[in-house]
Amino acid sequence: MKHLLFLLAVTLMVSCKEDKTAKQEADLVANDAAVTLEVYNFNELEPLLSTQDNKTYVVNFWATWCKPCVKELPYFEKLKSNYQDKNVELLLVSLDFPNKYESKLKPFIKAHNLKSKVVALDDPDMNAWIPKVSEDWSGAIPATLIFNKDRRQFFEKTFTYQALETEVKSFLN
Amino acid sequence: MKALASILAMTTIMLFSTFTATNHGVGGYKVGDMATDFKLENIDGNTVSLSNYKDAKGFIVIFTCNTCPYAVAYEDRIIALDKKYAKKGYPVIAIMPNNTTVMPGDNMQAMQARAKAKGFTFPYLLDKDQEIYPQYGATKTPHVFVLQKTQKGNQVKYIGAIDDNYKDAAAVNQKYVEHAVDALLAGDDIKETHTKAIGCTIKV
Repeated sequence: MKHLLFLLAVTLMVSCKEDKTAKQEADLVANDAAVTLEVYNFNELEPLLSTQDNKTYVVNFWATWCKPCVKELPYFEKLKSNYQDKNVELLLVSLDFPNKYESKLKPFIKAHNLKSKVVALDDPDMNAWIPKVSEDWSGAIPATLIFNKDRRQFFEKTFTYQALETEVKSFLN
Repeated sequence: MKALASILAMTTIMLFSTFTATNHGVGGYKVGDMATDFKLENIDGNTVSLSNYKDAKGFIVIFTCNTCPYAVAYEDRIIALDKKYAKKGYPVIAIMPNNTTVMPGDNMQAMQARAKAKGFTFPYLLDKDQEIYPQYGATKTPHVFVLQKTQKGNQVKYIGAIDDNYKDAAAVNQKYVEHAVDALLAGDDIKETHTKAIGCTIKV
């Protein structure tokens, strides 16, 4: 009998704990509900890499786990705020793993209050789509594509704000 | 005349530097090139060179690390490659190319711990001076170079990805490295000698 009571007590404790955790998770999800994330495969993303209008597009491939990517993200955000009235559009393409969208990517977007449009690219057949972004891309990130209807240029490198601005300016002239 | 000579000299210098800069920019091996040997420290404290492997027919050289999620996703598949091909004459040689000051999670101690935890069956070498990976032209982890031993040296036969699905080993359609090594063992041409995959930039 004593054993049974003990078992009952333990069971209750465990289930209470589980309830709490589940509730915390629910809160977390509710908080992150504000962050909507569009997830594309490459075919769905491709039109966004070749928009033909009067704007200049800056597309950055990144991930929350990629240190140099995270380091340069503020420069892209700064570019967006400084050039939004000059027909420059930013797109941040996250290559985070799908199982990290909820636990890492969405909280990151929220915590850093990213203003640029963020989409996630989930397409494992990388050998098929990397050359379609650029033949010059080895696959290392960060990588950035800048294009308008006249010209496109690909960069497999990290940027300083100044270097990024210089490149973008060359598209505006 | 003096001015003309100096303009000529400057143009020559400019042309020359443009040429060398371009060469440097392209960098690294292409399929068919001879790969350099190296002498790098292994996790067991010994140094390893390709020339140590007298009986090997070639090598599966993989630039990889502890801290890159893609590299981690491929760890079990790298172990499987070594288990399958070391006995057939193509051992895996893993090389960690990152600057360990920038990425402390990739330092020798961390490499030793990771190799022990995962049960690496192959050498896991530290490119301490970061002099080997640029010669190969590795840009990211993981980045594979399949070499075949020839009389002239270790010839690069395949450069690229391990397979076509980092997320799910069970969903892989193309086992690029296996196809390459199988072709070499059979004396056939490799169908795809160059593939691409997303990876983590090598930290300098």
